[in-house]
Amino acid sequence: MAHVDNVSTVSAAQLGAAEEFLTFRLGTEEYGIDILKVQEIRGFDHVTPIANAPTFIKGVMNLRGTIVPIIDLRIKFNVGKVEYDQFTVVIILNINRRIVGVVVDSVSDVTPLTSEQIRPTPELSAVVDMSYVRGLAPVAERMLILLDIERLMLSGDMGLVEPAAIAA
Amino acid sequence: MTPSQQSSKGKDLGIDLSQFTGVFFEEANEHLENMESLLLAISENSPSDEDLNAIFRAAHSIKGGAGMFGMADVAELTHELESLLDALRKHEFRISGEMIEAFLQGRDITARQLGRHRSGAGALPVDEESEALKVRLRHLKATGGVGSTPQGTRFPTGRLAVTSAIAAPPPSAPTMELDDINVAYTRLREDVAGVPGVRATNDDLRRVVGAITGQQASTSVARTAGARKPQSEEEGFGFFDSPPPARNAPLADEPRPAGADRKSARPAVADTPPPVPTTVVTTVPAPGAKADGAQAKTPAVANESNSIRVAIEKVDQLINMVGELVITQAMLTQRAEELDPLLFRNFLSAMADLERNTRSLQEAVMSIRMLPMAMVFNRFPRMVRDLAAKLGKKIELKMVGEATELDKGLIEKIVDPLTHLVRNSLDHGIETPEKRMSAGKSPHGTITLSAYQQGGAIIIEVADDGAGLDRERILSKARERGMNAPDSMTDNDVWMLIFEAGFSTAAVITDVSGRGVGMDVVKRNIGALNGTVEINSEGGRGTRMTVRLPLTLAIMDGMSIGIGGQTYIVPLSSIVESLQVSDATVKSIRNAARVIQVRSEYIPVASLRDLFGTVEGYHASHDPMLVIVENEGAKLALMVDELLGQHQVVVKSLEANYRRVPGVSAATIMGDGRVAFILDVPGLIRMTRH
Repeated sequence: MAHVDNVSTVSAAQLGAAEEFLTFRLGTEEYGIDILKVQEIRGFDHVTPIANAPTFIKGVMNLRGTIVPIIDLRIKFNVGKVEYDQFTVVIILNINRRIVGVVVDSVSDVTPLTSEQIRPTPELSAVVDMSYVRGLAPVAERMLILLDIERLMLSGDMGLVEPAAIAA
Repeated sequence: MTPSQQSSKGKDLGIDLSQFTGVFFEEANEHLENMESLLLAISENSPSDEDLNAIFRAAHSIKGGAGMFGMADVAELTHELESLLDALRKHEFRISGEMIEAFLQGRDITARQLGRHRSGAGALPVDEESEALKVRLRHLKATGGVGSTPQGTRFPTGRLAVTSAIAAPPPSAPTMELDDINVAYTRLREDVAGVPGVRATNDDLRRVVGAITGQQASTSVARTAGARKPQSEEEGFGFFDSPPPARNAPLADEPRPAGADRKSARPAVADTPPPVPTTVVTTVPAPGAKADGAQAKTPAVANESNSIRVAIEKVDQLINMVGELVITQAMLTQRAEELDPLLFRNFLSAMADLERNTRSLQEAVMSIRMLPMAMVFNRFPRMVRDLAAKLGKKIELKMVGEATELDKGLIEKIVDPLTHLVRNSLDHGIETPEKRMSAGKSPHGTITLSAYQQGGAIIIEVADDGAGLDRERILSKARERGMNAPDSMTDNDVWMLIFEAGFSTAAVITDVSGRGVGMDVVKRNIGALNGTVEINSEGGRGTRMTVRLPLTLAIMDGMSIGIGGQTYIVPLSSIVESLQVSDATVKSIRNAARVIQVRSEYIPVASLRDLFGTVEGYHASHDPMLVIVENEGAKLALMVDELLGQHQVVVKSLEANYRRVPGVSAATIMGDGRVAFILDVPGLIRMTRH
């Protein structure tokens, strides 16, 4: 169990219980996020660009009357080719009642993982910011990168929320 | 509402029921306000039956609810009010000034008692004021006229409005069945009262009984809100709709623990709005409203006593959904244009109908949020009356344009600032009768409250014919405070000084107490509503404060403009004019700032393409246009690529899911379903000045 201690976001209460992760691809990499944060998955539709926003913020779209910002994780993580076609998928997340859309290359499936299956992230060079990675999980021959999507989306460098709201 | 939503609401039953008290307090307050305005307006010589009935109903409704929630003090007092009113509306004797005074006092005491209950303090152990008034009311009733009403038998204290209504069943209803319902109802009442923290109003329980007897919870609401036929009791109450007695009787006889009741109450509760901010929507008669069935209703009365309460969230949801519908309809219309007009003639005419119906649906839904200014104005006659008496002034209050409609959200927020302004006029604007006489004016001062619509804005004015503002005193006060206040300042600029923070606390205008508390707060509150306030004042002639507010926060008239291939919306209310320009007319200053001369003034120019950028591959096919916008006197010329057209847009928050964007105040959804940003004109003006 010692390895679990390193994964700070997994609480003791969750030990043994399987969590479900929605897995998706960005280029050749495979990522997983907590399925409970996912509201829906939909195709990429027209997005209105926001002036002076960072490049990974594609703009806002109309989700049944709600204005939802759309983020391209491929640009943010600098992986994969940034193309928008009929196969491009947007994962709509609901994080603390804030709705955000995330563009990914494709959604794979839903994978249950117990905390034992989640391995700690090794120390890597400072070039890669690993603070939003909860851990890594081997699934067959593949490796899932588990993201702490809530922390990522509310973080300052995403620029999705007011600086004041982050401090709170 | 979808079934899934209904069931999810039903889960939080305990909370929902406990919130009914909130609804009762809201309703009771409305009744009290209504009562007050009617009392102040009533004429002693020829009181109208309608008004007397309306006052009676208000007292009666409060009594019913108070009895239900065990607020004996409120119920007893309103009972006395009601029995005197009952005698009056039966013309047993005529209303007198003393009675009006007593009713007003009764209203105040009831409001105080309700306030205590609301705050959880409960009834006073000994309420001398209330006791004294009760004696006075009884005395008035005994001496005020001949003959005696069957007091205490007709409306026994603490009994419920509904039970007394049941006691007089329509001839057609079988007695047996009504008794059963009555038993069920009484039981239910006791059971609900026994559950801690669970409270319900008459209406709620009535709906519950309706549900038990096999009724849809919504029936009573739907029926009463429907066609306004002359009403008998039969149409007023859901449970007179003759449910089969066989179903009814066993239910009423079954021993039912509180838990079971709560279970059976579920469908009713799902229909009951939680007491989040509510809005008055349409008209439903109050329980005691049977009396006015015979009379033709004037709009005023219909306005006051008949409404249903709906959570504002539901209304907003409705507005959202209709907005979506309009967009879908627009897309359909677009597709339909590609069809052969001959082959699809019927289809196309149906499309035209759909378009018309969708538009009127949208208008109707939007109007739900709109409330008449009378909601705000109605509180002032009493305030002016009381304050004038206190200050020894003679004041007449005139109100104009009470029917002007304003968004519910704005109505609530404008009350406080407006109260401030009226109080100021009263306290400092209007002089004492002696002073007025010596100035050659009528001893009666006049305060005029008016509201009217002007373009996309609503104007509310508070005008008095008092002494006016004292320019010299304001200037010297400003200098004392170290402000830059040269003598050359225009009057308007001088008047605006009283809105400066801290300016109001000391004796500025008069020696009494300064011009009210916190004029800076007034200005800030109005500013928060996207409104402005202006002062006009003339020495010896009076002062006029003009508040300008947007009509609603939910919809806005806007001009859509193209900038670098993207569409933006400029609020129409801030546009002064639009000009076609050639590059030569725009001059630059030190090669940085740019200005344009429009008639006699130079206006700074802001290129929105520089501010907002250009979509890749966009090429302007037009000469630029200038849209001149204004905010609080400051002008700015926005250089845009093209003017696209005028729309009414639904304002959507951008900050709900994103952060503030400089130069953008909100977003909206255009006819093609795309998002367009609404420009923040005051923000843009600030951006170009710093």
